[in-house]
Amino acid sequence: MKERTVQLEVLRYNPDTDTEAHFQRYEVVCQEEWVVLDALNKVKADIDPTLNYRWSCHMAVCGSCGMMINGEPKLSCHAFLRDYEGVIRVEPLAHFPVERDLVTAPDDFMEKLKRVKPYIIPKEKKPISEGEYKQTPAQLMKFRQYSMCINCMLCYAACPQYGLTPSFIGPAALTLAHRYNQDSRDGGRAERQEVVATHEGVWECTFVGACSEVCPAHVDPASALQQMKITSSLDWIVEHLIPGGKSARDTVSREDAGDIS
Amino acid sequence: MAKSHKPVVWFPFAAGGTVIAFCMPVIVLLTLLAALGHAPAGLDYQNMHVFARSGLGKLIIFGVVALSLWSSAHRLRCTCYDFGLRADTLAATVLYAAAIFGSIASAVFLARI
Amino acid sequence: MSRKPLVRECPPTTWYFRQPRYMRYMSREITSIFVGAYCVLLVVGLQRLADGPTAWEGFLLALQSPASIVFQILALVAAVYHAATWFNATQKAMPIQIGEGFVPGNLISGAHYAAWAVLSLIVLILAGVF
Repeated sequence: MKERTVQLEVLRYNPDTDTEAHFQRYEVVCQEEWVVLDALNKVKADIDPTLNYRWSCHMAVCGSCGMMINGEPKLSCHAFLRDYEGVIRVEPLAHFPVERDLVTAPDDFMEKLKRVKPYIIPKEKKPISEGEYKQTPAQLMKFRQYSMCINCMLCYAACPQYGLTPSFIGPAALTLAHRYNQDSRDGGRAERQEVVATHEGVWECTFVGACSEVCPAHVDPASALQQMKITSSLDWIVEHLIPGGKSARDTVSREDAGDIS
Repeated sequence: MAKSHKPVVWFPFAAGGTVIAFCMPVIVLLTLLAALGHAPAGLDYQNMHVFARSGLGKLIIFGVVALSLWSSAHRLRCTCYDFGLRADTLAATVLYAAAIFGSIASAVFLARI
Repeated sequence: MSRKPLVRECPPTTWYFRQPRYMRYMSREITSIFVGAYCVLLVVGLQRLADGPTAWEGFLLALQSPASIVFQILALVAAVYHAATWFNATQKAMPIQIGEGFVPGNLISGAHYAAWAVLSLIVLILAGVF
């Protein structure tokens, strides 16, 4: 196991004492197979215990350790030191306010996740006594890819439209709406359209595609948004150009939907 | 947040983008050949006139030009925003109006052929 | 301890310089300038065609100016880049599920490229290039 001395240039921000962020350079001896997160952990353990950052699983499934590494949104547990040369610049995830050091304030994202109603709004409500909702493997595959999101927010950091227009609901939240729309058990598409088909919904997206490029879980949010643009456009035609047309594919009344909290 | 009427401009954009993708490269190649002094026989007045006189020809030409104009206008509108020009309503009005004007003009010219 | 989050502004006019993928995106978007301008040229051409053989010949002659040649080349590059990015994108917008699997995206895009090649060839043959 070979060792390697790595220089990290890390953004520091202390809300109690600072009005601006500044960069701090750390030199840390690492093992060559380490990831950036390992280097940060070594800094915190041996050099500077005041450094703040989020992490948990260290295996790219929890979504906690998202950061900008050399200007690219990455999970720090998924950024291998062997892929970097020279000084490695580590900053908090872009497009989110900085709470402290590398910790961002994800409030906006959390609120948007809730707004798209990310839960099954059953097409047919049935009591538990009638048994489970059944789903074929093919029906599962229709939405499975979009259910793999780990809420790491790398897509929000990558999306320039989110950076330019913070009211944009954003890739992950909209993809989650698509995940439920595609679920055969779900009948809430019309309800979600009230959020999805707005200016702040899919229509802010210009298919830059950066979200899908940085997604560590291969969710491909860009594809979900494009598919929703098409369905939203077809909805619009049905609602506005076809007399008596209703775009809702669901059969759930607003009352029933309100029962689910 | 009310549902957006963006589909009104987006659907023709998507259709136009498809038209541009399939048709524009070969059309530009033809005019490039003409620009290089090697205009193919199909571009001489007789053949162009016959094509543009036919009902199908008029439909194809108008469809390609109108949808391409619209698609370019929409993309340009979004690009203006991306370049930091925040006056989106102004950009949209100017660009869509230009596309509509160009489409009407081509319809008028086609009608005269 | 108080919360005082630091907001980092996204520069509205220079953000695309930050990552190569943003530059590629802007290049794709800028094709609309050249394609749009070329469409204007087509409209002018239609007018010349409607005005009769002399006007049309004049149009074809005017196309031979150096500025026009440069513009045609730029328009061709723009049109091709638009087509390539468009065909590559279609696989995202139209997933085709067959049973538990999906048609490979490259097949969907590939079919578009193939159709494009065939259509272009037909047009070139009809125009008398071959």
